[in-house]
Amino acid sequence: MAIYALRKLAFFLGAVFIASVAIFLLIRGAGGNVAAVVLGKSATPEAINALAHAYGLDRPLPVQYFEWVRGMLSGDLGRSFRTNESVADLVTARLSVSIPLALSGLILGLIIAIPVGTYAARNVGTPSGALLALVSQIGVAVPVFWAGILLSLLFGVRLGWLPTGGWTDWSDSVWGAIRSLVLPVLSLGLIMAAVLIRYVRSAVLDVMNQDYLRTARAAGMTRTEALLKVGLRNASLPLVTIVGLQIAELIGGTVIIETVFSLPGLSRMILANVAAREVIVVQSTVMLIIIFVIGVNLIVDLLYGILDPRVRSTR
Amino acid sequence: MTGTQLNALEVKNLVVHNTALTAVRGLDFTLPAGGRMGLVGESGSGKTLTALALMGLLPMGWQANGTVHHDGVDLIAQSDRALSSRRGRTISMVFQDPLSSLDPVRRIGVQVSSVIRRHTNVGKREAESQTIELFRQMSLPRPEQLMRAYPHEISGGQRQRIMIAMALACYPQLIIADEPTTALDVTVQKQVLRILNAAVKDRGCALMMITHDLPIIAAMCDTVAVMYAGRIVEMGPVAEVFRNPRHHYTKGLLDSQPTMDNIALDGSSRLASIPGMVPPLHSLPAGCAFHPRCAAATEACMTRVPPLDDGSRRTACWHPIEASVAMVTA
Repeated sequence: MAIYALRKLAFFLGAVFIASVAIFLLIRGAGGNVAAVVLGKSATPEAINALAHAYGLDRPLPVQYFEWVRGMLSGDLGRSFRTNESVADLVTARLSVSIPLALSGLILGLIIAIPVGTYAARNVGTPSGALLALVSQIGVAVPVFWAGILLSLLFGVRLGWLPTGGWTDWSDSVWGAIRSLVLPVLSLGLIMAAVLIRYVRSAVLDVMNQDYLRTARAAGMTRTEALLKVGLRNASLPLVTIVGLQIAELIGGTVIIETVFSLPGLSRMILANVAAREVIVVQSTVMLIIIFVIGVNLIVDLLYGILDPRVRSTR
Repeated sequence: MTGTQLNALEVKNLVVHNTALTAVRGLDFTLPAGGRMGLVGESGSGKTLTALALMGLLPMGWQANGTVHHDGVDLIAQSDRALSSRRGRTISMVFQDPLSSLDPVRRIGVQVSSVIRRHTNVGKREAESQTIELFRQMSLPRPEQLMRAYPHEISGGQRQRIMIAMALACYPQLIIADEPTTALDVTVQKQVLRILNAAVKDRGCALMMITHDLPIIAAMCDTVAVMYAGRIVEMGPVAEVFRNPRHHYTKGLLDSQPTMDNIALDGSSRLASIPGMVPPLHSLPAGCAFHPRCAAATEACMTRVPPLDDGSRRTACWHPIEASVAMVTA
């Protein structure tokens, strides 16, 4: 297991390194003088040079790259060209919205999908199983933003139970923050659940036909017991992979949800900064997101090694 | 206590069917306590479905009718919950493929000792030491280390011995072995059978051995039932049935067994085979299902199903082979 974990860790570091070079080159090397791009057409050459010098943009690219990486490693993500705010501070504030949103959405999706998918697998070929398959199929087809708008119409406008959008910060009111997250999490979670139900269903169906489930029953487990005790652990193997892949989907979903519900999250911040040509902000935050996604996949791989002894010994 | 206690299994008119097909068409037999019965037949004759019906483990869509008396209850009438308390305790089964039949993600020791804990009141440590003792009885090497191994880490023969240990863990009255050596290398088949044989003998439990391998039946069983297209066509003591088969299908099976006598070394094999094929379940012929392949078939065979007669030697044939006519080959 230790060798397996070390190999996966090395792979993770390699992937992060390649990603950092790629992002740096894409954004810096895309052409043109960054300082000129930031300041716009009407800027004087003196102003451009001053900005370039102040932010070290006049130094050779490799030097800039290593400065950036060194900063990232020590927690310094750079400063905004326009407002001179620390990117780290900007990001931290935004993460207090985005992380609860994404994580709760994923967890809600799993909480719905695992029992419903298992139930659908057990009742395959019956009317209730078919109905569930149909509902999840519809759920997959529904765009996230539309789900958000519908929920907001129902609970926000019609019933008036929850805010239709906007954000109350945790420091102002924890209850208020939770209230402003309920509908976004619900929309994200429901859409995640619709996708995951189908994977859970097929994973459980596959496991149900395995000989070892029959052995478990031959040794004294009831059908349901065998499915829950032996089946789900085996079905979780493909699911872990799927959930890892869904993380990328989840981040895409948060961009839309944050926009629909006007939440000051990380995704919206990146969008705004791309529009404002805040090179450093975009570069550092995109890098953070990439580290997060690759990190999740590292965790998935390690989890896979823990769950499946065959993976540990063969790789 | 009651008369049924003397028998490990009393099967009456067992029928196994799904919505479209009937795969087992009325089995009647009795397996006495501690008895050893072989069930032979080609693929598709209904052997495995019979075994799964006895265990209450039929695949989805299949249903069993009739009565199966075992340990004072009718297994067919039991709920899944009631049956589950018997499976692994009074009636056990060893499956064909030991690799796919063991849970790939749980340690072997846990898989076996959890069966003991489920059916008896012993604690974790006691169940584990019983498991190690079982492994020792199965001649498994280094039983203590094996407890912590996963199924993919050990050999096929060892896996099947683990399956046997699991089936025997709670001293069942009956163990059903469905082709237990088919998936194994020829070199370890004998060893596994020897261990199964010894363990069954030690415990005095009844054995139902399902196979298409006649020498295995000859070596391990005292009675044999020959199945064809969902029915028993011949049944009796192994030595008698193999020496003097009465049903033409049984004779055909015996004649198609390779032995040193009928395999020619120059390649011109003199091995006999039964003409034709096993009929598919959805278009079984009327009368005796074997009649299209039978040389002795007459008008009667095409219209009326021959009943399985009673007694120690049972045959379902309108024109059974007379003992004097049969070739003594065994």
